[in-house]
Amino acid sequence: MHLLNGMTGALIGSAIAAVAILTAPLYVDLFQIMQLTVFAAMAVLALSLGFIWGYGGILCFGQTSFFGLGAYAYAVAAINFGDSTPAIALAILIPVIFAALLGYFMIYGGISDVYLGVITLTVSLILFNLVNSTAGDFYKIGDARLGGFNGMPGVPTFNLPGNPGYILSPEQAWMVTGIALIAVYLGLRVLIASSFGRIIIAIRENETRAALLGYDPRIYKLITFMIGGAIAGFAGALYVNWGAFVSPTIFALGLSAQSIIWVIIGGRGTLIGPVVGCLLLQWLVTEIGAQQAMDSNFVLGAILIVFVLLVPKGIAPTLRDLALARLARDKPMPADTPTTAKVKT
Amino acid sequence: MDIAIIVGLDVVSGIASLVLISAGLAVIFGMMKIINLAHGEFLMLGAYATVLSVSAGVNIWFAMLVIAPVFVGLVGVVVERCLIRFLYGRLVDSMLATWGLSLVIVGGTTMIFGNTIVGVSSPLGGFQVGAYQSSLYTPFLALMALLLMLIVYGVMRYTRAGLIARAVMQNPGMAATLGVNPARVYMATFGIGAAMSGLAGGLLAPIAGVVPTMGAAFIAKAFITVVGGGTSILWGLISASGLFGFINQIAAFLTTPVFGEVILFIAAVILIRMLPTGISGRFFKGRL
Repeated sequence: MHLLNGMTGALIGSAIAAVAILTAPLYVDLFQIMQLTVFAAMAVLALSLGFIWGYGGILCFGQTSFFGLGAYAYAVAAINFGDSTPAIALAILIPVIFAALLGYFMIYGGISDVYLGVITLTVSLILFNLVNSTAGDFYKIGDARLGGFNGMPGVPTFNLPGNPGYILSPEQAWMVTGIALIAVYLGLRVLIASSFGRIIIAIRENETRAALLGYDPRIYKLITFMIGGAIAGFAGALYVNWGAFVSPTIFALGLSAQSIIWVIIGGRGTLIGPVVGCLLLQWLVTEIGAQQAMDSNFVLGAILIVFVLLVPKGIAPTLRDLALARLARDKPMPADTPTTAKVKT
Repeated sequence: MDIAIIVGLDVVSGIASLVLISAGLAVIFGMMKIINLAHGEFLMLGAYATVLSVSAGVNIWFAMLVIAPVFVGLVGVVVERCLIRFLYGRLVDSMLATWGLSLVIVGGTTMIFGNTIVGVSSPLGGFQVGAYQSSLYTPFLALMALLLMLIVYGVMRYTRAGLIARAVMQNPGMAATLGVNPARVYMATFGIGAAMSGLAGGLLAPIAGVVPTMGAAFIAKAFITVVGGGTSILWGLISASGLFGFINQIAAFLTTPVFGEVILFIAAVILIRMLPTGISGRFFKGRL
């Protein structure tokens, strides 16, 4: 059982997933490959939120701010440079700078969870209004017109690094997105297993105690928040690469709510949970979009309420607890025996 | 001179509308320490109640000032009984539940009424300031905001219900040992907060496009105001509305309304860095 725990399990699972991703174009048609690509890009966003919320204990209701900033940074840079490699770098850098500024004011201000959630949500609402209002020739950066509500169409997609003439095919873009998802997942696993990861978990569990042990919670939280911003920005670039298009709706409330729901139903405090939650919900939203009777907001809201009330831990931790409870029942822990014996004598 | 009067009127109306759209949220936050993320949808329900009543032939004043708050207040009580009361002591979960509720209300309203704009015409005429035209509805909104604040003050300061509410605000545990039932107080709080949101929605119906997603247009400002004001219901709300309404309107006058909102937000984030518990956490601690 311990063989499948920890890093070994993650590595084996990732290797299997990587093989599945690389061979998928052989047996899945192009339409579904495109569908899976956007699912994987969103799963990277889910990982970023799962990391800062589940491990860093930072309640960020507006993770889509960084996602959207990354997407817009990529689009503007790709149009200006005509090469995707520096654009991807900017899609990570700009959200990190923004996260550093915003995080400094919030985390060093020492505000409560409730305030932090509300402020991050407000950021995404305001970015939505701001980008929405950028219609017209006045709002352009270099050759890139921001386009207001209509968004920016015809964004160059990923090319081979150093060779702007070689644009990746949809199948190759899928492989890049899928492998990126696995890389981010493994990277976060390594980070969480490192001493930095242990410190941020300690801070999540008890901020005062961690501070008394000599760790400044503020700087660790700020770095966690920035890492989350970087990953979300990268996810934004992957998203634009999928559709060659970006519009202000990626800042809208709907996506912020969805990203929270992915983490809630998947489970806080795991990394696989948010990915699974994201894939399930994306599939569900696509299915709902295909029919007319039910509004997708209605279904998403109902799912959120049901999970908060009935399965507050989320799917992955609940299943893990059930499995552990089952193991404990089938085979009583050896540690229990001496205690009971002592009581009896 | 005329332009100064018009800008002054804008500032007054900005402050008044901040007070109106944030009051219900501030009451719930001050008493229960949770932010109701379905606040925008309560505003929207108030606006819909008004529009539908008016189109059914009800007098517009009655629809705005009575039907909207009563209807949304009842919705609030039902929500508290069916949802919020299971989540006492779990602040974050109760916020998430209200977010789910907001999606359900938006989705439900869209399914019933469709994603189209409905509206009522503004009941009051306009008046002339030099070369500028302004609506009489603006001073009316300011009057309503003032009236609402006076009522809140009167109830909190001079009635038994207000005394109990202040006791629960200061120390829920102590209030409970003295025989107050906190669950009852929270139910009433949520209902009254929702009713105030419904009133604001009703008052906004003539000047805003009424759509299922209209709440999102107001909640950013309402959140900033309540977070900036802190947990003291009256002084937090008034001081934050005054400060932010002034900044917002002046910035909007100098740039565009959207940049006005951005500048408002930046001001609020700087304020939060200096006063992490809001204006009232620093200056009006323990007051209403």
